[in-house]
Amino acid sequence: MSRIINLREALREALQEEMRRDEDVFLMGEEVALYNGAYKVSKGMLDEFGAKRVIDTPIAELGFAGIGVGAAMNGLRPVVEFMTWNFAVLAFDQIVNNAAKTLSQSAGQYKCPIVFRGPSGSAGQLAQQHSQTFESWLANCPGLKVISCIDPADAKGLLKSAIRDDDPICMMESEALYGLKGEVPEGEYLVPIGKAAIRKEGTDVTLVSFNKMIEVTKKAAIELEKEGISAEVIDLRTIRPLDHETLVTSLKKTNRMVVIDESWPFAGVSAEIAYEMQKYAFDYLDAPVTRVNAADTSLGYAPTLVEEYLPNPSKVIKAVKEVLYVGS
Amino acid sequence: MPETLVKKSTSKKKAKSTKAKSKYSKATYLKWYEIMLRVRKFEEKALFAYSKQLIRGFCHVYIGQEAIAAALTTAITADDKLVTAYRQHGVALARGLDSKSCMAELFGKSTGCVKGKGGSMHFFSKEHNYFGGNGIVGAQIPIGTGIALAEQYRGTKHLAVTMFGDGAARQGALYESFNMAMTWKLPVLYIVENNGYAMGTSVERTSNVHDLYKIGSSFDMPSEQIDGMSPEAVHEGIERAAKHIRSGKGPYFLEIKTYRYKGHSVSDPAKYRSKEELQSYLDIDPIVITEEKMLNDKIATQKDIDKIKANIKAEIDEAFEFASNSPFPLGSELYDDNYVQEDYPFIMD
Repeated sequence: MSRIINLREALREALQEEMRRDEDVFLMGEEVALYNGAYKVSKGMLDEFGAKRVIDTPIAELGFAGIGVGAAMNGLRPVVEFMTWNFAVLAFDQIVNNAAKTLSQSAGQYKCPIVFRGPSGSAGQLAQQHSQTFESWLANCPGLKVISCIDPADAKGLLKSAIRDDDPICMMESEALYGLKGEVPEGEYLVPIGKAAIRKEGTDVTLVSFNKMIEVTKKAAIELEKEGISAEVIDLRTIRPLDHETLVTSLKKTNRMVVIDESWPFAGVSAEIAYEMQKYAFDYLDAPVTRVNAADTSLGYAPTLVEEYLPNPSKVIKAVKEVLYVGS
Repeated sequence: MPETLVKKSTSKKKAKSTKAKSKYSKATYLKWYEIMLRVRKFEEKALFAYSKQLIRGFCHVYIGQEAIAAALTTAITADDKLVTAYRQHGVALARGLDSKSCMAELFGKSTGCVKGKGGSMHFFSKEHNYFGGNGIVGAQIPIGTGIALAEQYRGTKHLAVTMFGDGAARQGALYESFNMAMTWKLPVLYIVENNGYAMGTSVERTSNVHDLYKIGSSFDMPSEQIDGMSPEAVHEGIERAAKHIRSGKGPYFLEIKTYRYKGHSVSDPAKYRSKEELQSYLDIDPIVITEEKMLNDKIATQKDIDKIKANIKAEIDEAFEFASNSPFPLGSELYDDNYVQEDYPFIMD
């Protein structure tokens, strides 16, 4: 059995179920309790779990991220919410220097089972500082796992897995898509970390994406279908560790790949995937792996600038036609 | 005593107490003396080993600050948690880590307390509730605060002792942590070991506020400055603070004024301070002072002291031999303990 709920409700269910299951799980962040969450993910949770387990923090990302790390080292399982990952830059010292390294530094004595989560990416005309993605920054760092997913059912199952995981996890959601509806199973289920999902099967080209760009990619695939181009759509869901096998298997079938990634192009997720494909499926490639990224610029406020900056279905279709060597 | 040592000076009281019968037992004094000597001799051996290139990387020694290590062995319990910065060998020894595993760690050997993964800055021991030496200045302040949050969450009476140097007192992480710790009344004891210098920059050159304990006042946190060259004074300060925290009243901040006799690290000749200043602190070396006190006040005999000296010398020599004779970790151990997940798929190409 399943029902239709939106992303924020699915994430809330994950938090509630895990907090009911394990007393050591707690939620902390800005506006998570009394305000019911800046984006209402934690709505009603203060009432259910009380102020001990749903903790409003002052605006002090470095401080409360570090408090989460310390609590995790001392046996709890914190979920630290960032109002946006843009603000988490203030906390990167604690994420990169401590959460990621505590297990190694202590030679396995202190684990750090913590989830840092919040929305990532652009969400309208929010200008330079509020529109960035951090998957590739954090996935660069050994010790961390990075999840980025907006499908309500999968996001719920992944968040539950993340809370139960003994390694530190960064989970990226989407401000713009908290209202995205999807079919979510009733009852208990988990989605494994490190496994991509094939959203649509196809034979002519593999389109790889994640988070909000998966919606852009699916729209492009529908348009391509009308033109007789069969695209396989892969939703990475987890960035680190990358599901290498699913990507290579698909590429061996379609022989062409386009990566659609809201991150900036330089040294990003799309670059890593392109490397992996040329390394492990070189002989199967009928065209260079190409990519559609955000522009290699800061994002400006005006609607025309946003349009120019972000990937969209027509940019994806153009890239697909390039790798298929067909005129547009 | 150097005039800069403690504003609310305890020196008069101390002079008085030397004449009166000491309130501490022989066992306590011998314990303090033993740990201080262990730390001093451990560090001197580490410097020797560094000069022979047996220890590499950064190496920040604790020489001069031993009275703080001494008090940590008597003023808190083994169940209390502790996290500190990178000048940490003495603190780790005070927590009960053994000198062999610590020396082996400095040598980068697989028998080290973290299997050669941490070196001088990162000893850890879960067994001893020692949450490590942290290499990012001030980063352990939120961590200690979070350790305290977990204690409060579970309803224990344990402290989270969170130590840092004077340099870290200027990091934003401190202000964020102090604020949340006071707001939530967390059981955390903040200790700044003020040895006067953040690397080569004196406390006076980093802020308008030179008495670091005053930083606590803007959070209404009980704060005081104590003499860090005296094991008695440090013990009393920590004991007072611990009592306050265990009663559920929330954090406490101690500024312990101390001095490092060596440079910031092995490579620092410490030209930013005068010989006179160094001498004024050498004159109040806590090990010498404690030894004299024990003898003058007939707390212990020369024989007691000589026995400790001989034991420590043998122990440190043994640690050196142990470290020298231990193997380095295998290169492949690099892949251990990055993830708890046993089959994590590392990129190997």
